[in-house]
Amino acid sequence: MNPPTLLSVEHLTMRFGGLIAVDDVSFSVEQGAIHALIGPNGAGKTTVFNCLTGFYKPTVGRITLHSPESRTPFLLEQMDDYRIVREAKVVRTFQNIRTFPKMSVLENLMVAQHNHLMRASGWTFLGLIGAPSFRHAEAESVERAEYWIGRTGLAEYADTEAGALPYGEQRRLEIARAMCCDPVLLCLDEPAAGLNPSETEELSELIGYIRDHHHISVLLIEHDMSMVMGVSDHIVVLDYGQKIAEGAPETVRNDPAVVQAYLGSDDEDEAGESEDTTS
Amino acid sequence: MNDESGRDSGRIRIRVMDYFAQQFINGVSLGAIYGLIAIGYTMVYGIIGMINFAHGEIYMIGAFIALMAVVAFGISEGGLVVLALLSALLVSMALTSLYGWVLERVAYRPLRGTQRLAALISAIGMSIALQNYVQLTQGARVKTLPPIIRGGFEFQFGNTEFIVRLSTLQILIVVVTLALMAIFALLIAKTALGRAQRACQQDQSMAALLGVNVDRTISLTFVMGAALASVAGLMVTLYYGVIDFFVGFIAGVKAFTAAVLGGIGSIPGAMLGGLLIGLTEAMWSGYFSIEYKDVATFSILVIVLIFLPTGILGTPEVEKV
Repeated sequence: MNPPTLLSVEHLTMRFGGLIAVDDVSFSVEQGAIHALIGPNGAGKTTVFNCLTGFYKPTVGRITLHSPESRTPFLLEQMDDYRIVREAKVVRTFQNIRTFPKMSVLENLMVAQHNHLMRASGWTFLGLIGAPSFRHAEAESVERAEYWIGRTGLAEYADTEAGALPYGEQRRLEIARAMCCDPVLLCLDEPAAGLNPSETEELSELIGYIRDHHHISVLLIEHDMSMVMGVSDHIVVLDYGQKIAEGAPETVRNDPAVVQAYLGSDDEDEAGESEDTTS
Repeated sequence: MNDESGRDSGRIRIRVMDYFAQQFINGVSLGAIYGLIAIGYTMVYGIIGMINFAHGEIYMIGAFIALMAVVAFGISEGGLVVLALLSALLVSMALTSLYGWVLERVAYRPLRGTQRLAALISAIGMSIALQNYVQLTQGARVKTLPPIIRGGFEFQFGNTEFIVRLSTLQILIVVVTLALMAIFALLIAKTALGRAQRACQQDQSMAALLGVNVDRTISLTFVMGAALASVAGLMVTLYYGVIDFFVGFIAGVKAFTAAVLGGIGSIPGAMLGGLLIGLTEAMWSGYFSIEYKDVATFSILVIVLIFLPTGILGTPEVEKV
């Protein structure tokens, strides 16, 4: 029996003027599984992410999230970006790191729990007078933040400004911060970019831990093939905005279309329409 | 003979000290008011990088609403003055905040994401529109309010005839300002709203992707700035006893100068800048000429912009790569 579907993307198309960045792509993500989205540069992977998280409104297509926390499914393509995080609980990270550089690591993680704290602070008034309910909620948030700080190995940096962190630590901070949003689906955009092999190894472990111990589904964009093959349960391959293959890592690895997309064939050079909007 | 002249110079010295003390007191109370208005400029600049030139008008509207509330509550001397003033303050804060909220909603939000200049021009337009709105509805005549809070302390140093006055109202202004500053510092540093504001200041779209409602956070920033401006409006009405539809312009530009002097974007800077501008104005009026006090203030703006563009507490803006 298959585990229930968490996310289904149907006929997703994203056009920028004459350029079709994503062309009729459909795939689904199962609950509690790690799915990877791979493909050469400019294949449209990040565009898919941008559609999922409300940064772009897709030209055509439907993105449905069957959240275990809600009876009615969410139609992500119709929601504002902050509501996708707050209500549907789909959270993403970026390939170019985007922390709040002038806030401490702990505060970065507190921002991620904004809505919970905002409610508890009763529109700020209860927070100002230090009401017990707010203090309780804040203590809970700090606890959750500290849990993820510990999990991602940032304990010694808790009070450091995020901008002063080493590169690898900033990457892990992004994941910790995303986890503080209490996601049901975690979208990681090239989390291993710029990491050395041992850091990549740790990252794989962290992603596996998130799936196994928190039962959170992960959708991963990654170029590091050994990592993708090692960690993923299911892989979707895009090329020029189209889905060319999908399946278990073993199946995808030996798929002739995938091999051709990655290594190129002789007539590839003449195609001449490979302008990238996403990289 | 010698003894006589010695006593004279002593008397003059005391008089110099007295005069300075008096101008210092006046300058600090004025500076507190400028500081409160300046916070509105600096917070909005911090979060959306725009100078809200209609903020002076929000302050002016705050002053009018405060005046009306004071009259409506029938505040006169004696009785429950404190309670009535507090109600007037709350009413004026609430209504002025509403103006601030509508201003952002109508004039700035539709232009967000376009060029910065568009919102700036819209702000100047709103400033003119609000001035005329008040002129039309309230008339162009100066409105007066008889002094409500009297009394204070008088100090006399030595046997000079010069008396230093510290009025109850001046104490009230400084105390209220300090209290609001403390509440504000707490709000920015400790509450979820303040944290969201700081997050939006650094990266709005990232804040949205963590579930922060950016539009609402910006709205609340305008609301907070307007609330503080209305407090300044009430205090000025009580302090000077006269207001008209044009008070927002000069006060607004001076508070803007204060925000730039302190370092735009920095809240302690706005307060410090306000204090310095208030003191400059009082000292200039006291020692040089009262007619040229505005010239002195605006010269500071020019000098700061040329020699210290980031202000006293501002951090130099580093271009993002």
